[in-house]
Amino acid sequence: MKSETLIIAGRSYGSRLIVGTGKYPTPVIMRRAIEASGAAMVTVAVRRVDLTKRGGDNILDAFDPSSVTLLPNTAGCYTAEEAIRTARLAREAGLSELIKLEVIGDERTLFPDTEGLLQATRVLVKEGFVVLPYTNDDLVVARRLRDAGAAAVMPLAAPIGSGLGVQNPATLRLILEEIRDIPVIVDAGVGTASDAAIVMEMGADGVLMNTGIAGATDPVRMARAMRLAIEAGRLAHEAGRIPRKPYATASSPIDGLIRRD
Amino acid sequence: MTIVLNGEERQAAEGTSVLALLKSIGLPPGRVAVEVNGSVIRRADYPGLALRERDRIEVVHFVGGG
Repeated sequence: MKSETLIIAGRSYGSRLIVGTGKYPTPVIMRRAIEASGAAMVTVAVRRVDLTKRGGDNILDAFDPSSVTLLPNTAGCYTAEEAIRTARLAREAGLSELIKLEVIGDERTLFPDTEGLLQATRVLVKEGFVVLPYTNDDLVVARRLRDAGAAAVMPLAAPIGSGLGVQNPATLRLILEEIRDIPVIVDAGVGTASDAAIVMEMGADGVLMNTGIAGATDPVRMARAMRLAIEAGRLAHEAGRIPRKPYATASSPIDGLIRRD
Repeated sequence: MTIVLNGEERQAAEGTSVLALLKSIGLPPGRVAVEVNGSVIRRADYPGLALRERDRIEVVHFVGGG
């Protein structure tokens, strides 16, 4: 299997990077950034059609549906009920079972409401959805989501849009160690390329990001940086890093040194 | 008759179908999803489903988001 391949619910995707489509300066920059990112999956949100505007730009015009898979989200939902309703609408609009499930529990941090998340996961899995839940870095919740039939777990590195990078590497590592049968995709909080590389080196199966690219001064350049970081991090993970040691170990042979004797 | 479309009251001819409503507001039926009184309507049912007085209709589509 190629290092770049991410498998979700038995389907292969050609990139371990999933990117959002919000907050880009212009639709053209968004399209070019997504191309530069190499992402095979992009997230979209579900919102009421603005009836005061006729026609206009549609987000679906920005992608080639044969090369990019849409991953609708339930962003902005604060209850399991709202998220389930949004997921059902997304399935009808996109004719796909994939759903990035968000049930938000706090407005300021956008931390997930894990109780609502579990409830909604159970209902949607029963209805045949491929559920990718955005969760916190809590091993017990991750395990419950997996046991409820989630197709992946998506713990945050840091709050959505914060760009802080992984805040709790120790707890994230526990999830990566334990959840081996479904992908662990780090969702939210990545601020720059090294943040993405670090979580991939830790063994994450993929990274989902939006603001880290869309909010950069040059989103297209950052998209390429993220693509390279994710590939580099994954390769380093697969290669197996050297152990950390407190003192130096010489790289050149000790034998054969010239001496003043 | 009066219907409630995306939270706003509107007038529609008696017996208007979901498909006719989408056409009247200039929306391509392949790119939206429709909910009537809280239930998602399958695309195949757009032509046959007649709206009724006070029906609450939600029409949604995909927008940029993370």
